Order: sequence, then structure tokens, then C-alpha cells
Amino acid sequence: MLVELRDIDKTFGKVRANAAISLRIPPASIQGVLGENGAGKSTLMKILSGFYTPDSGEILLDGKAVQIHSPADAIRHGIGMLHQDPLDFPPMKILDDFILGRQGGLFPNHRAASREFRELAGQFGFALDPEAYVDSLTVGERQQLEILRLLWLGARVLIFDEPTTGISLPQKVKLFDTLKKLAAEGMTILFVSHKLEDVESLCTSAAVLRQGELVGAAEPPFDTRLLVEMMFGKELPLAPKKTAVPGGKILSVKSVSIEGVRLQIRGVDLDVRSGEVIGLAGMEGSGQSLFLGACAGLTQPVGGSFCLDEDERDMTGRSHLEFKKRGVAYLPAARLEQGLVPGLTLTEHFVLSEGLGGLFVDRKKAEALAKERISTFNIKGTPESVVEALSGGNQQRALLALMRPRLTLILVEHPTRGLDIESTIYIWSKLKERCEQGTAIVFISSDLDEILQYSDRVLVFFAGQVSPPLRAESLSVERLGALIGGKDWENLPKEAVNA
Amino acid sequence: MRDTPSRRVLFQVGAVVLALLVTTVVLIAAKAPPLAAFANIVQGAFGSWDVTSNVLVAWVPLLLVTSGLLLTFTVGLWNIGIEGQIILGGIFATWALRVYGSSGMSPTVVLILAFVAGMVGGSLWAMLAGALKTFGGVNEIFGGLGLNFVATALNIWLIFGPWKRPGVASMSGTLPFDQRLWMPTVTPQSMLSVPTVIIAVAAIAIVYLMIQGTYFGLRLKAVGKNAKAAYILGIPTWQHMMASFALCGLFAGVAGAVQVTAVYHRLIPSISSGYGYLGLMVAMLINYKAAFAAPVALFFAALNVGSIQLPIVLRLDSSLAGVLQGTLVLFVLLGHGVRQRVLKKPQVVS
Repeated sequence: MLVELRDIDKTFGKVRANAAISLRIPPASIQGVLGENGAGKSTLMKILSGFYTPDSGEILLDGKAVQIHSPADAIRHGIGMLHQDPLDFPPMKILDDFILGRQGGLFPNHRAASREFRELAGQFGFALDPEAYVDSLTVGERQQLEILRLLWLGARVLIFDEPTTGISLPQKVKLFDTLKKLAAEGMTILFVSHKLEDVESLCTSAAVLRQGELVGAAEPPFDTRLLVEMMFGKELPLAPKKTAVPGGKILSVKSVSIEGVRLQIRGVDLDVRSGEVIGLAGMEGSGQSLFLGACAGLTQPVGGSFCLDEDERDMTGRSHLEFKKRGVAYLPAARLEQGLVPGLTLTEHFVLSEGLGGLFVDRKKAEALAKERISTFNIKGTPESVVEALSGGNQQRALLALMRPRLTLILVEHPTRGLDIESTIYIWSKLKERCEQGTAIVFISSDLDEILQYSDRVLVFFAGQVSPPLRAESLSVERLGALIGGKDWENLPKEAVNA
Repeated sequence: MRDTPSRRVLFQVGAVVLALLVTTVVLIAAKAPPLAAFANIVQGAFGSWDVTSNVLVAWVPLLLVTSGLLLTFTVGLWNIGIEGQIILGGIFATWALRVYGSSGMSPTVVLILAFVAGMVGGSLWAMLAGALKTFGGVNEIFGGLGLNFVATALNIWLIFGPWKRPGVASMSGTLPFDQRLWMPTVTPQSMLSVPTVIIAVAAIAIVYLMIQGTYFGLRLKAVGKNAKAAYILGIPTWQHMMASFALCGLFAGVAGAVQVTAVYHRLIPSISSGYGYLGLMVAMLINYKAAFAAPVALFFAALNVGSIQLPIVLRLDSSLAGVLQGTLVLFVLLGHGVRQRVLKKPQVVS
């Protein structure tokens, strides 16, 4: 089926997620859709699969304009989407999951469905037992189930959103074989990914999105350098940077292994010194959040140890509250979900974070504290403002303002995501102030410029793999972009020795 | 439309009017004169000092459980096990009276012991629900509901087993305690005991202060509104949930002790009298704001007591009070929902 998107526009609040995107995907092809987090890939795919309706623009299938109002609509038109996290029903039998979504009839015909399931699975060489339960499947097998289900429902266009995240290499090979086979049968495949390698080895053409716009397209053979440049923008000249003089040891991470829902991190070693800034680079969900959470005692590692301070106090297995007592602050990215308490005022937040003792809240003191912090951190709000009424930038400032005066280590996720330049500069000036006082900072960012600009050393995460610490000045945006996309990892260990 | 305090009041008043309307329709359908019925309820609740004192008798346990529930709601928990906590309070108080009643201690001391025992009983039962939630992953609603049944069974077993009346066990409960061990009442016939009223008023005042002014109350609020963020802010979350369970159970236990020592003077099978569920309704109706607990609980108590004479005067079932209370809560909740859909949030500070 020929899929055409014409001038698709979609705005969420102030963010223009898709800006006049036009794309033409012929049948029997595998179209790669590349872009970093927040580039608008998922929005575009969700528009095509009926989860969102576009603000303007049209979708044409085989030259005919169609209106897609819901995912059920999409599948009627032959469009099926495999989500990054498979939308299936773990407690159900595979066959029941398979039958779901099929229209018509009060009682599903299990026998016929079972036969068809086996036939279809046989075509692709999938070894799935229809009587098994979905929760016994690996992520790769669940994808196979979804592919079969969508094909059985009559899908002619299949959208894959980051399908290679969390599956093993043999499963990936199998998946790619399947996709090539499907394309050969005339299906239209959309392959959304941030992994350059996957797109390069699989796709018949690639489109790159950045900040909601279609910034370029490429055909094989792909030029990695060009793709990286399109994804992340041109390398900016960096402002001269003060190299911190590293002080005493703050945090020692010794061959730490962590198991997440979909990925494992193995054997990370890292020593963080006083006054140092460590940037954790990688696409979202590559393991860096898991790692940062473990450094804060929020997730427990399955192996290795975390030690704090010069005296190397072993903190492995301790709770976040104990990390906090030893001067570790954790600033999550999900401000309103994890960092702040909607419904409470700024004053109440400051009172809570200071952990003041006593029975009754000293209102005068609390308000004085709030006023002082609000003016120091230039928060646009009053002591009585509830946090959800603040803008994103001010929420971020509030989060910083909540940090206690004396800290040894600040762990922060996406310190400046969604903020304007002014706020970004301000927030980093506040963080740098802390560094000068001897606090170490470990931060996650998907903004490569931010990583290179502010870190002393960088850890790159890719699908749970972690690079050794790399000196920031030895990296360029281009090189970092390639590493994040899973390329050039062969040359790493040598560099680590120099680092 | 913007969401302003006056519009909020409008929605509340609208909800009350609608609830009265629906109840009126129910009355008409039952071929009863609505006005006469409402007048009878008012008459039944405030027509004489006798009935009004009965309203206060119902108000005391209702206000006590509502006070407790405000704490669990603040921390974001649905303590539906409150009924069982009242029962355990009654059982523990009865146990204390049985053990120390004939020990020669002064009745005042024994009564104080009974109240303390009631608090312990209610608190333990609540912490059991809390432990099930914290360590067993059992939702407090399911755990509480299950524990309610266990508490009822335990109560009945005691009444018909170890604590049965000499000779024959009876649904009317255990043998009444010695008169010395009854809470003092305003008149010998009345069930209204001034100390219990003072305890109930003190309870809601303590809870109000706790939520409004203390660090503990603020932490409870933070955990209730966003447990994850509260934890990252340095608040031990499950410990606060457990504490609010324990405190809520404590208030429920006091209610149980009041029923045993001041109202029935014995342990009866229906010792909790549904005050736990009624308290949940009051808490929802006042949108978990302690300041409104006393008047609304009084209103509910008046409805309960006022409708008692409906069967006699109008041959109506006294469950009419329940209909009115239920529809009232439903309409108020509906009003909240509609308000949030219709009215815009206050403007964002940018």
C-alpha cells in the first residue's frame, strides 16, 4: 500500500510536535524514521495509526484521502502499529490475545483461529504455542505475536516503534529477516528508531526528524556522518571551559550490575571526585536513568557496590533516605510525577525538604525561607503558589531550590529539558556554583551540546552497554552522536586507558 | 467559566437540592407525602431534648471515625476496614472491663483502662490492614473489607462463646456491665455522656490541628498527593501510611469503647452500627476538610435519628435516611466531577 502524509501538523500546548511533515512511502519498502527523543517520530506514527488526529494535513492510502479517528479505524484501513512496549495482555493465553480486536461474532471460533495462527506463524518460522500464556514470552516473541495479530487483522502497513530495544541479537536478526520478507510480499514497513546501525542495515530509505520538522532524507548506502548531523544539528563552537581540579573521592561505583525491566547493565566502574561533572549520554531508555537511580539508592543493583565519600562507606543496598542523609540529592526528570507534590505550595515544599524537626510548622520561618529561596532562584511564583501552577522552567528552578545547602553529590536527570536558553544558562550557573563548593554532579541529558559543554567526563549508554568514562574534550558532537547510535564502540577501550 | 469559591458553593448547594429532589421522587413513588416525611425527620431529630440528645449520642462515634478517616484519606488511603476497627475497639474495651471491673480499682480508672484498651484494639486492627498493604501488597480496601468480616465473626464468637451470658447466649449481647462501670450520662435514662462528647470534639480538633499545622500532617499530605516525590523529598512513605492507619484505628477504637461503655453497656453483635461506612460518606461529603466534619456529621446523625420514627408515624421504612445520605454523597461527588470538567483551573503563573 502506498502511504502518503501531506503537511501533517500537530501541536501539544506550546510544542509543535509535527510541523508540516510530508512523507511518501511506496509499497514493498522499509522506511526508516530517525530522530532523537522528542523529535516528533512517535507523534507522527501515532497520527498514522489513529492514536492522535492531526491538527491539519492529510493522509492518503493508495492515493485516496482517509480519515483515521482511532486505532480500530487504522486497522480497518490496513494500518497496524507495534508499540515500543507491546500492548498485549500478559495474563491471557496467546490465542486469546491473538483473537482480541477481531470484529464480529459473539463467540470467537477458537479452532479456526488456532489453525490460522499456526499457519501464519509457520510462514515466518515463529515458534509460538497458542496455548501458552503471554507473560511467558520474551519481548521479541511478544513482537512476533503482535506482528501475527496485525497481519491476521489485515494490516498492509506495519509501523514498528523502536522494535530493537530490549530484544536479543538472534531475535533482532529474526525480526529483520521477517521485516524483509514482509516488504518483499508488498507490505509497507515504517521503522522508527534512533539506532543508526539498525536503520542502515535494514531500511530502503530513511527520513530524519528534528524538533518536529522533517530535516532530511537519505537513501542507501547511508552516510553515517550526514545522518548524525541531521539528527543532532551542526556542531556548535563550544565556549571555553574551565577544567575542574578534581578533589577527593565522592562516589565509587565498583563493577555494578543493574537489571531493569527491559535491559541489563553489567559491570560499570566509575569514580566521581569532588567538584567533577559527569554527563550520562544516550538515547532515553538506554540504561542511564536506571544507573542514576541506583546511584541514589532508588534501585538496588544486582551486583557490585556503591561507596560514598573519601572513607568509601559502602552504601550498597541502602535506601534512598540513607543516601540523602549522606548528602546525595536526586532530581528526577518527571518534575510533577516524582520531584514535586502537586497540590502543595512552594512554602510547603521547602518546609518538607529542609526536614525541620518539631511538632508544629513555624509559619513565619517557613514563609521567610520560601521567600528567600524564591528570590535566590528567581522563581516566578509566590510562596503560596501550588507547584502545578508554575511553568516548566520555574518548576525546574523550584526543584533546584529544594536542594539542601550542603551536598556532596547531585544526581540530576535532564536538568534543562524543555527550558528556554535563559533558564538553561541560569540552572547551569546554579549547578556550577555547587561544583565550586566541592559538590560532584552526575547528570543525564539527551542534548549532546549540553553533555559536551558541561561535563568533565562522559559515560555513553547504548542498550544497556556502558562506555568507560571518556574525557569530554576528546569528544565531538558527531562522535558522541555515533556512539549513542551504537556505532564506533570497537575503538572505545583504548581510549579509556587515556581517559 | 473560572473556578471560584462562590461557584464551588453553588455546586455544593445544587448537589443538596438534587439529592432532596431524588429523595422526594422516591417518596412519591412509595406513595408517601414528601413534605410530611421531611418534617417528621426534623421533628424526630430536634423535636424534643430527648431526641436531640439521641442525635448527639450518634454524633459522637460518627465524628470520632470521621476524624480518624480524615488522616487515612490525607495520606491517600481508603481505610474501609474502619468498621472492623470499631468492633475491635469495642471488644478490647469489653475485655478491659471484664478483667478490671471486679478488681476493686475505682470505676474511673477502669473506664480509662477500657478506653485505652479500645484504642489499642482499633489501632492494632488498622495496622494489620496497613501491614497487609505494606508488606503483603494487599490493597487496603480489600484487606480492610476482609478484616471487617473477621472482626464481625470474632465479635459474634465472643458473644456466643467465651463471653456468653450465664445460661443462654443471646443476640442481645453479653451480660450488661455493673452500673458502676457505665459512663456517666446527663440523666439516668439518657445515653448521652458528656465526657464522650468532649472526647469527640477533642478528636476532630486534634485532627484539624494535625493536618493544618504540624510537620507530620504536612508529610501525610505530601505522601497522599505524590508518594514517589515525597519519598525523594526525604519522607519515609510507608512509615507515614502505617502511622495514619494506627491513628485512624485509634479513633475508631475510641468509638467502639464509647458504644460499649456509654451506649449499650455491653458488647452487642452490631456494636459498630455502620458508623464506619457512614464516616466514609461524611469524609467524602466534606471533601476531606476537617473544618466541616462536625456539622456534617451532626447532620448525618440527625438524619439517622430523625428517621427512626418514620415507620411509626408514616409507615415508611427508616432506611429513608440512608437514601438521602447516599444520594447526597453521590450528587456532591458528581458535582466535583462536573465542576472539574466545566470550570477552568485557576490561571497558571508563568
